[in-house]
Amino acid sequence: MSEGVSTKGYLSEAELENSPGVPSRARRERGPVAVIECTQDIPCNPCEASCKVGAIVVGEDITNLPHLDEDKCVGCRSCIHICPGQAIFMVDESLSNGKAAVSMPYEFLPLPGEGEVVTALDRSGSALGDAAVTSVRKTDKMDRTAVVTLEVPREWSMKARAFKLKR
Amino acid sequence: MQRHEMISIGAGPAGLAAAIEAARNGVQVAVFDENDRPGGQLFKQIHKFFGSREHYARERGFRIGTRFLEEAAGLGIEVSLNSTVMGIYEDMAMNVMVRDHIEQVKGERILVATGASENMIPFPGWTLPGVIGAGAAQTMANIHGIRPGKRLLMVGSGNVGVVVAYQMLQAGCAVEAIIDAAPSIGGYAVHAAKVARQGVPFMMSHTIKQAIGKDRVEGAVVVRVDDKWQPVPGSEVEFDVDTICLAVGLNPMTQLLQIAGCRTAFVSKLGGRIPVHDENQRTTLPGVYVAGDVSGIEEASTAIIEGRIAGLAIAHDLGYLGEDDFIRQRNVQLESMKGLRSGTHGDERRKAKEYLNALMKG
Amino acid sequence: MRIEEHPILGTFEKGRKVTFTFDGASLEGFEGEPIAVALRSNGVLIHRYTIKRNEPRGVFCAIGRCTDCIMVVDGKPNVRTCVEPLKEGMKVETQKGKGPGPAAE
Repeated sequence: MSEGVSTKGYLSEAELENSPGVPSRARRERGPVAVIECTQDIPCNPCEASCKVGAIVVGEDITNLPHLDEDKCVGCRSCIHICPGQAIFMVDESLSNGKAAVSMPYEFLPLPGEGEVVTALDRSGSALGDAAVTSVRKTDKMDRTAVVTLEVPREWSMKARAFKLKR
Repeated sequence: MQRHEMISIGAGPAGLAAAIEAARNGVQVAVFDENDRPGGQLFKQIHKFFGSREHYARERGFRIGTRFLEEAAGLGIEVSLNSTVMGIYEDMAMNVMVRDHIEQVKGERILVATGASENMIPFPGWTLPGVIGAGAAQTMANIHGIRPGKRLLMVGSGNVGVVVAYQMLQAGCAVEAIIDAAPSIGGYAVHAAKVARQGVPFMMSHTIKQAIGKDRVEGAVVVRVDDKWQPVPGSEVEFDVDTICLAVGLNPMTQLLQIAGCRTAFVSKLGGRIPVHDENQRTTLPGVYVAGDVSGIEEASTAIIEGRIAGLAIAHDLGYLGEDDFIRQRNVQLESMKGLRSGTHGDERRKAKEYLNALMKG
Repeated sequence: MRIEEHPILGTFEKGRKVTFTFDGASLEGFEGEPIAVALRSNGVLIHRYTIKRNEPRGVFCAIGRCTDCIMVVDGKPNVRTCVEPLKEGMKVETQKGKGPGPAAE
């Protein structure tokens, strides 16, 4: 593991740049796409089977890091609640108002409401600033993992990975 | 004297998986567990498991536990709770304390799947109410639905520490920090990331110096350690907490095996003193097998596979499963196990297990 | 202290509400849950005082192995309250040292 992860518990953006699960900026600017922040060779592969268009490949050796085919990925968010490590997000930098959408797994109560303003947090748990919740999805099929989408300033698209309720 | 073809000591994932596998092949099985409910640590695990489909990936631990119990019931496996096995004696005889009376039991084959107990580290104030094991925090929150406290300090950053810290956040507690005397985080990166992004700070190279409080924990003092594990004076940090959680390692509960004269070896990577066993889970005691954390601290998924292998071996050794069938089915399990004992974390455990297997021959 | 609704586990199935006494005071808990849980939900964390140094002790392992949580229940000492199920009308007392009975001084 890298320095940051092994002593602080979180990855830096620089470490993610070279990760096989992270799409390019160009792809992120085209529309919604998965961002798989899985950087350790744990034996695990549910993400592969969860993708309906075959965009995620782990392969025979289940310790392989998941590889994202960014051209196949349509940003449907089916994989987010599947990952046992809650390491998959969705990012969409194509919004017209200079914002980006970031979807993340959420396993706490209470759930935020759509339209609620929350405090977006980065990977270290530091506050980035206000963000509006644009969607909360939680169905039985998701087995108690909700997927919450925030609208954030575009500069936060690869930073915002959690949130805190203001109430 | 009760007689059974197979006895599983322990109704956790290893003990139950073995009982189910053996019973499927016609073996008559009885399971004894000292707790008042079966499932071992499974029912406290509320996170989704890793692995692949055959390893129950995506399933939450407690759901897997329920399925096992249903399957065991369907196969007519007797599970005797509040039943403490006190010793394994000559001729495979055992004394079992069932509630308040002792029963004498014999098994043609015995599987010891007693799991592990938590380590402790003593420090001034550690006896104060409010200092609890990480397992206790899980039991309170996930089994009994009560928060252990309002503000916690987690001591230990292995998988138990980071997973339980996250579970404490889910239970509505605040986790002020996760500390570890080691220089780097022991648990999986994704488990650490989940709590880091909720704002829980990690403090590596720090140990607990003292629990503060008169009648209960009111605070904790943490201190940095140097590369010789010595506290660095002046580096103390105080936390306002009412609960201190110890997640400082697990230790296999091998007492029954040691009393019976089983050969053991000290393997620190697997948690301490481990019973020597072959890849069919047989120990140096004829007729006695081991599976799960008692044979080395790993995970629920490996405990289940080891249990299955032991169950198959017992079915074979009792004559219910032919040689070819046994080897074929066992190899399927071994293949599955290979997947789990790979990667940076898994590799070390694989080597440690191979070392133990080799000792059987020597 | 009790979790009303858990994000993964939902609500916890409990027995009926019962009253019991702790050192004479009337408290409430749920039938069948460990006495220690009922006490903790009422803010009680001290279960006993040690023999020699009279130091407070409470729950440590919560699964009946370490015996730090023992109390006098219905007159009987050394009851592991983290596993003993609560019953209506139970008399629970802080154990001082070895507690009452033939073993005590």
